Amino acid sequence: MISGISIYHILTLTSILFFIGVYGFITRKNLIAILISIELILNASVINFVIFNTYLYPNRLEGVFFSIFIIAIAAAESALAVSIIVSFYRMIASVAVKDTETLKY
Amino acid sequence: MNLETILKMQNELLLVAMLLAILIGEIFTTQQGKVKLINFTIITFAAVTLIGFFNQPNGDLFGGMFHTNSLIHLLKNGLNVGVLIILMQSAGWLKQDLIQQKKSAEFFMLLFSSLIGLNFLISSGDFLMFYVALELSTLPVAALAAYNAYKRQSAEAGIKLILSATLASGLALFGISFLYGSAGALYFDDLANLLQLSNLTILGLVFFFAGLSFKISLVPFHFWTADVYEGAPINVASYLSVISKGAAVFIMMFILFNVFKAFTSIWEPMLYIIAIATMFIGNLFALRQQNMKRFLAFSSVAQAGFMLLGIINMSALGVTSVVYFVLVYMFSNLGAFGVVQAISQKTGKENMDDYNGLYRTNPMLSMVMMLGLFSLAGIPPVAGFFGKFFLFTAAAGKAYYILVFLAVVNATIALYYYLKVIRAMFLRQSENPIPHFNNDVFMKIGLATASAGILILGLYSPLYDYIQSISNLIFN
Repeated sequence: MISGISIYHILTLTSILFFIGVYGFITRKNLIAILISIELILNASVINFVIFNTYLYPNRLEGVFFSIFIIAIAAAESALAVSIIVSFYRMIASVAVKDTETLKY
Repeated sequence: MNLETILKMQNELLLVAMLLAILIGEIFTTQQGKVKLINFTIITFAAVTLIGFFNQPNGDLFGGMFHTNSLIHLLKNGLNVGVLIILMQSAGWLKQDLIQQKKSAEFFMLLFSSLIGLNFLISSGDFLMFYVALELSTLPVAALAAYNAYKRQSAEAGIKLILSATLASGLALFGISFLYGSAGALYFDDLANLLQLSNLTILGLVFFFAGLSFKISLVPFHFWTADVYEGAPINVASYLSVISKGAAVFIMMFILFNVFKAFTSIWEPMLYIIAIATMFIGNLFALRQQNMKRFLAFSSVAQAGFMLLGIINMSALGVTSVVYFVLVYMFSNLGAFGVVQAISQKTGKENMDDYNGLYRTNPMLSMVMMLGLFSLAGIPPVAGFFGKFFLFTAAAGKAYYILVFLAVVNATIALYYYLKVIRAMFLRQSENPIPHFNNDVFMKIGLATASAGILILGLYSPLYDYIQSISNLIFN
């Protein structure tokens, strides 16, 4: 627990972080930037878990464990996403979202 | 922990053993031996599927994180059978294309990892297990969707799948974190007792539901479906549409009925609106499709909407109808996808117009396609009719008559576009129809199993009675 900072401050921070991620996911024009936005969303939930654990249930560790799992799996996710994007880049030499529109409607 | 307890995970353990066996086999076989490895894998997996029917484990493991009972085991067997059919249908593709690209064994490994994930997903008794299993089941499929390394569409499908899947899991996680914050527990049993109706928990429910809806491709979250199905290899598309969707529907039903049982006033209207939107948008978009894969993609979106009709009734009847419909839908869709795969593999044609006059050249294939589409549309003698009928009964049991009426309207719209394909195959003439060709043995067995499943599930009622007798197991 951090003195002087209530749980509301931190939850506000994570909510802002989450919605920055969602906004970025929708508006970014670059696949890598979309990936970064997704990381923001995942990190918002990681902070949420840790904060709920430390502030509300300090004598248990479930939230912290969960956050470790999220971090590990998020790493696997971004590794896979980057590798797919790289294989796409090899074909058309671009990572722009507008080039992923051959499949439409 | 002795052998008997660990054997509760027998299905998962057998799959892991198979995965390791394929890995070792891949190292020690030469390029010529790869065909044998493919045959060996399919036959071993058939044996694994058979073993599942004999021993029925029951009980909890890891303090309740993993639980299994007859109903879950039935669904696992169903998933095994479905994957077996998919493997048989893709044997020709594997031997023809993938062996040259030197990645036939990896296909099996990714597919089985995803299946293991789904098995853990439907057995999960805790949100941590749920999340890990969800990711384990999604990530390999994203790799599989991008499997055609020389095709731009395939990479595009992979990108779209992985980005929307990670966004979905991010949403679900954010929701789970709120649930954890308000109850301080992650086990489904504890949460069911601790969760109170409050703004925070409702927000958690909505985020969680949105995340899981991506996997089932319910309407506001269905945008990836058609693109991924069109770009990905066909067997991957059929895996996504049948196996992963069926398991996700089951776990969604399980969590809504157990964890959120105090929230029915919230999620029933939610399901009501989403079911209507899903059916209408799925069906109306399917009307204008020319590519068979996109067509089946939107049809599978619409079918997901029908499944919600069963979930909306929180009772044994709802559970029975959904599980039965998932099994029926599995066989029907696999029949249709199998024919599309066979034709695309031999001739490369995937458009509806290419199917003109198919009956004259390939009568057996068009019969299988007809059975599959009739079952999807819900024409009486085949299984799909009974599946839809029970779903409608379940929704009517809750007095949602308008919903049932709209569902019937949608079933009629669906009948129109399914019959469009059948008309093309049987009634239309074509200048240059698809020439006659012979399928390999595995493809024939796969298609025969799918059609047998459609007919048997429709004409043989004890399966429905069996599901009904064990459907109460979903409520803890």
